[in-house]
Amino acid sequence: MTADGAADTAETDTAVTPPPPPRRRTAARLLGLLRPVRLRMAGVVAATCGFAALNVAAPKYLGDATDIVVRGVMGRGFDEAHLGRLLLAVSLMYLGASVFSWIQGALTATAVQRLSYGLRAAVERKVHVLPSAHFEGQHRGDVLSRATNDVDNVSQSLNQLLNQLIMSVLMLTGALTMMIWLSPLLALIALVSVPVSTLVTVLVARRSQAHFGEQWSSTGAVQAHLEEFFSGHEVVKAFGRQEAAATVFRAGNERLYRAASSAQYLSGMVQPLMLFVANLNYIAVAVIGALQVAAGTMSIGGVQAFIQFSRLFSQPMGQIGGMLTLIQSCLASAGRVFALLDADEIPADTGEVAVPAGTGNAALPAGRIRFEGVSFGYRPDAPVVRDLSFTAEPGQTVAIVGHTGAGKTTVVNLLMRFYEPDAGRITIDGVDIAELPRDVLRAGIGTVLQDAWLFTGTIRDNIEYGRPGAPDADIIAAAQASHVDPFVRALPDGYATVLGNDGGSLSRGQRQLISIARTHLAGGSILVLDEATSSVDSRTELQIREAMARLREDRTSFVIAHRLSTVRDADLILVMDQGRIVEQGTHQELTGRGGHYAALCRAQFAGLPAAADALESGR
Amino acid sequence: MLFALIRRALAAHRGAVAAIIGLQLLQTTANLLLPTLNAAIIDQGIVAGDTPAIPRLGAVMAAVAAVQVVTALAAGYLGAVVAMRVARDLRSDLFATVQTFSSQDIAGFGASSLVTRATNDVVQIQNLTLLVLTMLVAAPASFVGGIVLAVHQDVALSGIVVAVIPLLAAIMFLIVRRLIPLYRAGQQLIDRAGRTLREQIIGANVIRSFVRQEHEMRRFGAVNRDLTRNNLDSALLVAGMNPLIMIVVNLSSVAVVWFGGHRIAAGQMKVGTLAAFIAYILQIMIAIVMAMYVFTTAPRAAVCAERIRAVLDTEPSIADPRTAVVGAAVRTVEPRAAAGTVEFRDVGFAYPGAEKPVLSGISFTARPGTTTAVIGATGSGKTTLVNLLPRFLDPTHGTVFLGGADIATLPLDQLRGRISLVPQHSHLFGGTVARNLRVGGPDATDAELWEALEAAQADVFVRELDGGLDAPLSQGGGNLSGGQRQRLCIARALLRHADVYLFDDSFSALDYGTDHRLRRALQPLLADATVLVVAERVASIADADTILVLEEGRVSAQGSHDALLAGSPAYRDIAASQLILADSL
Repeated sequence: MTADGAADTAETDTAVTPPPPPRRRTAARLLGLLRPVRLRMAGVVAATCGFAALNVAAPKYLGDATDIVVRGVMGRGFDEAHLGRLLLAVSLMYLGASVFSWIQGALTATAVQRLSYGLRAAVERKVHVLPSAHFEGQHRGDVLSRATNDVDNVSQSLNQLLNQLIMSVLMLTGALTMMIWLSPLLALIALVSVPVSTLVTVLVARRSQAHFGEQWSSTGAVQAHLEEFFSGHEVVKAFGRQEAAATVFRAGNERLYRAASSAQYLSGMVQPLMLFVANLNYIAVAVIGALQVAAGTMSIGGVQAFIQFSRLFSQPMGQIGGMLTLIQSCLASAGRVFALLDADEIPADTGEVAVPAGTGNAALPAGRIRFEGVSFGYRPDAPVVRDLSFTAEPGQTVAIVGHTGAGKTTVVNLLMRFYEPDAGRITIDGVDIAELPRDVLRAGIGTVLQDAWLFTGTIRDNIEYGRPGAPDADIIAAAQASHVDPFVRALPDGYATVLGNDGGSLSRGQRQLISIARTHLAGGSILVLDEATSSVDSRTELQIREAMARLREDRTSFVIAHRLSTVRDADLILVMDQGRIVEQGTHQELTGRGGHYAALCRAQFAGLPAAADALESGR
Repeated sequence: MLFALIRRALAAHRGAVAAIIGLQLLQTTANLLLPTLNAAIIDQGIVAGDTPAIPRLGAVMAAVAAVQVVTALAAGYLGAVVAMRVARDLRSDLFATVQTFSSQDIAGFGASSLVTRATNDVVQIQNLTLLVLTMLVAAPASFVGGIVLAVHQDVALSGIVVAVIPLLAAIMFLIVRRLIPLYRAGQQLIDRAGRTLREQIIGANVIRSFVRQEHEMRRFGAVNRDLTRNNLDSALLVAGMNPLIMIVVNLSSVAVVWFGGHRIAAGQMKVGTLAAFIAYILQIMIAIVMAMYVFTTAPRAAVCAERIRAVLDTEPSIADPRTAVVGAAVRTVEPRAAAGTVEFRDVGFAYPGAEKPVLSGISFTARPGTTTAVIGATGSGKTTLVNLLPRFLDPTHGTVFLGGADIATLPLDQLRGRISLVPQHSHLFGGTVARNLRVGGPDATDAELWEALEAAQADVFVRELDGGLDAPLSQGGGNLSGGQRQRLCIARALLRHADVYLFDDSFSALDYGTDHRLRRALQPLLADATVLVVAERVASIADADTILVLEEGRVSAQGSHDALLAGSPAYRDIAASQLILADSL
């Protein structure tokens, strides 16, 4: 929460997401994305050709029309019919040019939108295959920024580029052809401006490149900070840290402002500079053309047309220059999107078994689960579980107890394959789970995880999430078993109540109950309950106890709980301390032993004996 | 709405804007002079046969072009700086405004929509400002200048230009009218896409454990399709506008030659005028194309402006009292009340539009040196009650007093400065352990940090972290277990010297042993403070001085553990349920 917070973002940023690929490769890849729409692109090029041809030819004939008028003045007779025919032809050309322009614009729009759709979908798909570790750190905001701001920037710049770049190049060549045809000498003068313009553009584009990169990475950093602040605003306020939060924000905002204004200014320089070159060119053409008319080697209409062409020539020159800087911005964003898409994914499943359509529950037997010498650390140098070995027989309930931070949740993470063990293996009926497709494994495991996650949608949708397409009767049965039904019925909209941001006004316990109902509905041959009822009050817990017990029947269950009540009935209790299993056995065996477990029990119920006495005497 | 926002934003840069307008006017004038000079070359140099005039006029043109480039560059620089400043200041304003928001205000907009508004929406305004600064000055000047010069050249022929303008205006009006609702829906779709993705990132493990990736992809796919369709619809409209305008402008230049030709033939006009006229038409067309850019960007920006204003105009539902009230507050302070005394007097709270209040008729007093516990079922209103004291929420009925003063009359900073909170959701920030702890005590020494960690039973695991106090934590503390996060939050709260300590269900993720040791360690540290504890377990609060039993938003009983066991059936139920859950121990 200090000023270096922003710097941290940038550091962690490069740690997990690879740096953007070189710009040339980014450009090639971006063009590669246009492959599926190559027919449309061909259409764009064809329409642009048609447009450019007509748009270049029309002024030539308009020049001819002027000549007819001039001839009239020169006393050679005003040929009204000829002028009319010529102007009708010019009008039709302009009409045709507009039609082509419309076709080109419409095709570009559909091509670009399709590409953006694909990019957004690719980023979202990536979210599902990135290792869980990727979403820690300030990445959330940055990932979101890549998926929205950067994709949006790529899409908007591509739209402009495709619309104008092809057009400009064609207009340039078309105008040049016509100029050479009209007057090779004047065309040569006009051509002098090309290397000058190119030099200007390249110099400016090179300088703006770094600023554009910085602009989009700062955008990501600012968004990451906003995300962090908005999700933790109560803590910020409770501790009066608004000023500190604002300082970090200001630093990021200032950095974004500086990069953005430098990039903008540099890229904005191109057009006026190009216009200046074009104007000098225009003057040269006007002066030399006029001298030629005076010398009688050119007609006024010819010079007039030529001047118009030199405008048609210089305008696309300026536009191409402006677009080169737009390309810098587009590539900076595309590079960030590609870097995210290239981040290491979860290793592919090695198993051949495909996920059965619909429910995968039957695929996993309630078999014997063995942990064989499993070790793991979130960072290689800091092991969280060490040499873990135990066996859970089919249908047994295994309780994992131990101090906070002893590694209990990690056991679940490994069983669910959110992480892979560094050493050892986990087997179900002798099959290494690393060889099972993750989806088959997970579909066979019903879970209630520590943080109750609810999404924007109705309560019914959130319960149904466990088994898509479940009939209402089943959903309500699951809700009743999990004690969700009473409080949901008290809501004005009942099961149709829409949960807003992050679960809205439900209490943490109520959210936990909904996620229990979800797992109730889902089933699975293995059950994992990680602090499933930690925020549920004891009376409610007592009421759902039966249902929870039924849920565990016939299933191999892993239970992490601080309430020893849940633990007591387990077939096997694993007592963990600092990543190791220090005791295992049943409640009876362990309490008799007077070790860790007995101490935990004593600590838990210190104060309760008195309560029990009082309760007795109160009756 | 839009222009009000931009005008307000530009007010701070009045000087720069004036300079830009001046520079743009100069630049446009220079631009308009060039065809006039060109016409002079034709009329004087060629038609009149004054050949030496040709290079002389050429030199004048070159000078004009030089003025043009210098002014354009300067205007471009100022424009870039001002537009980006406008964006920066809008982001700043948004951030500052959201900082004053209550939890309800933030939830009302949705955190992810607020993020979109501060990023994507601001960029739309920035882009429009940039266009306005580079074009809207040049475009009307060029437009008006073009018309004036055209009229000056030949009044009759200018009729064509005048006839065309309403036609163009009608085309733009029709298209823009259809664009606005599209853009409005579009920004909402961007919100929706961001929100969906955000949920997927937060819930990644749950989605994976239910193997619902396919479903999630479909869910996002639906938003993505809607967004794409919306973007396509607006892009197609814009793509249609361009050729329509082009055809109108181009046909008018054809008309100029036709009618001009007749006028020249009739001897009413000079030949050079025709050439100049066509150049002016081109000038006017460029102005219109520029305006078109503005008109296609403006509707989206207008929608964004609405969304930004909605945030900026939101009166935070909880704000500092006005100074006058503060004065009054001083008088209402009861001198006998100790600084840390908390009193709830007939307090009620209901969410707007809710049928049932969350809390009603809550009255109790908590004094320094005592611990008051709140116990009750899930959803009974415990957290809401706790949130009333630091004014994350304001009661809809009754009054809360701190140290004898109505908390609504205290400046927020001062009020919150006297309270140290351990929130239900253990929120940690990115950065190191030490940095997170110093959120509670900015000036605490390392030794003090360790002291707090020891009391919070967090010293052992922090010592084992790679780097100890300097070990990096990720945002939200994802690399720690729930209990570890909770204990860091407790240590953070202990580092703050406050009159009142609030523990909102802060021991739930702790195993009982840790919970027990923690409470023992806290006792001497918080001996002089007022302690409010929300808890689930009877064992955690059995030694509290007063326990409030909350049932459906009402205090059904209050008293000591023993008294409640004797007198409150609800409390006895809770205790009994925990005893049953514990029975054989």
